[in-house]
Amino acid sequence: MDNQPLLKIEHLRLSFFTPAGEVKALNDVSFQLEQGQVLGVVGESGSGKSVTAYSIMGLTPYPGRIVGGSILFNGHQIQQMTEKEMRAIRGREVSIIFQDPMTSLNPVYTIGDQICEVIRLHTGQSRQEARARAVELLGLVGINEPERRLRQYPHQMSGGMRQRVMIAIALACQPKLLIADEPTTALDVTIQAQILELMMELKKKLGMSILMITHDLGVVSNMCDRIAVMYAGRIVEYGSADDIFYHPQHEYTRGLLASIPKLNAVGHKRLIPIEGQPVDLLHPPQGCPFAPRCRACMKICLREMPPDTHFSQDHVSACWLAQKREFEAGKGVGQP
Amino acid sequence: MGTFILKRMFSAIVTIFLVATITFFLMFLIPGGPFLSEKAPSAETLAALEVKYGLDQPVPVQYLNYMKGLLHGDLGTSLKKRGMEVNDIIATGFPVSAQVGLIAIAGAVLVGVPLGSVAALNRGKPLDHIIMVASTCGIAVPSFVMATVLMVTLGVKLGWLPTMGLSGPLSYIMPCIALAFYPAAYISRLMRSSMLDVLGQDYMRTARAKGLGPFVMLFKHALRNAILPVITYLGPLLAYTLTGSFVVEKIFTIPGLGSEFISSITSRDYPLIMGTTIFLAFLIIMMNMVVDIVYKLVDPRIKLK
Repeated sequence: MDNQPLLKIEHLRLSFFTPAGEVKALNDVSFQLEQGQVLGVVGESGSGKSVTAYSIMGLTPYPGRIVGGSILFNGHQIQQMTEKEMRAIRGREVSIIFQDPMTSLNPVYTIGDQICEVIRLHTGQSRQEARARAVELLGLVGINEPERRLRQYPHQMSGGMRQRVMIAIALACQPKLLIADEPTTALDVTIQAQILELMMELKKKLGMSILMITHDLGVVSNMCDRIAVMYAGRIVEYGSADDIFYHPQHEYTRGLLASIPKLNAVGHKRLIPIEGQPVDLLHPPQGCPFAPRCRACMKICLREMPPDTHFSQDHVSACWLAQKREFEAGKGVGQP
Repeated sequence: MGTFILKRMFSAIVTIFLVATITFFLMFLIPGGPFLSEKAPSAETLAALEVKYGLDQPVPVQYLNYMKGLLHGDLGTSLKKRGMEVNDIIATGFPVSAQVGLIAIAGAVLVGVPLGSVAALNRGKPLDHIIMVASTCGIAVPSFVMATVLMVTLGVKLGWLPTMGLSGPLSYIMPCIALAFYPAAYISRLMRSSMLDVLGQDYMRTARAKGLGPFVMLFKHALRNAILPVITYLGPLLAYTLTGSFVVEKIFTIPGLGSEFISSITSRDYPLIMGTTIFLAFLIIMMNMVVDIVYKLVDPRIKLK
């Protein structure tokens, strides 16, 4: 178990079978996440970040289906498990925090009910034990007066509070992996920082791994050990935070970095947007999916999918340009 | 809660006063009178009758007299049912109608809620279509057609159920089905759409991500949220159904209150028109209040004001 990564996704393909045709949401996604590490998955809307996360929990929404590849999590082959087997894992070994805390809690049950529910489901503890654990959890996520808060309903709490409650629910059974699906997108900026800080603090305390899904590069920069940049259902670049921020190899990653506003920018430097529209996954292009929007697009980019180029042990990018640079530098030539 | 009920009581009194006033003056706008029939009485008899019941006085004076009685809870004496107090007519008719109505509504909820939920859970599949077609029929078929069909088949042709009166438990079946058919169909449609809405909510995804099974997700997390529109619908439905249905009571010859609503108007039985109308208004107000309280119990976000 020790050398085995906690989560290993290999060549995952997932499609939505809509009346209009097969929408290929994930195309050959592979990555792994070690015990206790934080992996950031970055990309714009529709790039497949959330779909990847949901597939790990076996929550692929209808009409989506895994059509290839494998997900190995904590010794389970997720794609082969039945719904019943998945239920035993959800909330216990892998938990998820959703984007919108305002709607993610059931409005007609108290906070205490909703926390105790998951504890009792997976541990079979008595009402009192679960209650005590819930108090402990609320304290852990930094909610004052936990006893009183347990009796409150979601509508009596602010967004930040509710997200803390969601975290408490997610951590109730001490999962190995916490998936955070844009956990701060719906929150105020000041609250965002608090929630991220809380997550990092809890990670240190409890030692779980985190899969952080976001479109905010600022969020991943100081949290994540590894970052995967996704585009059109593929991982176009994967590497350490330093690799991604200081030595980006893929034009899309560069574009993303250029579109971040900088406070210390000299004068009024304009932000550089990435021109064009995201790919239509119903009719994906033949070559590199980013080619139509790429400023450095070459002929080959439109014809063939670029292979992975390895820059170091775990800095990988799928870009013809990177391939070319590596070739010219006479270093390790990637697979053809 | 206490202040809420007090406030509601106050507004109930105002509402009933308004209903009584409007009905009273509208009622006298209908041409004809209570003592006119094929065999018209002589002028003297008519005059004597009008004096006896105070109908010779100007309408505003009659109105004042009536309101005085109403203040004391006296709804007056029926003009057509010799010597019967309106209070007594309601007191004997209402329990009969209410009994049939209550069974019908209980049946409608017990059928409509599960059917609607099942349809929602099987959205787009054959079962959903079957249930929706059935409920459309339930809404489209009028109760007198339903009652007649039931009576002809189960009552006359097969002879399984008694066709008239309320003699035993068996005799309740047909009137209750006839009454429950429309609300059951309506509730199933309400339930389906609100269940679909709830199933798509984020908190259902949270429930699933917790590892909960479909049973707990449906009965604990979805049903309590999805049932709210049904509760809203139940308020007025209860009031109207408990006071009886003219059609169903006529067809099955049930001695309920429902037929009085219509017959009192056709026979210009002024005090009975007033009595039934005020009683219905009162019941609607009470049922709405009960619904609001139940609503509050089901959904903690609701504030009673």
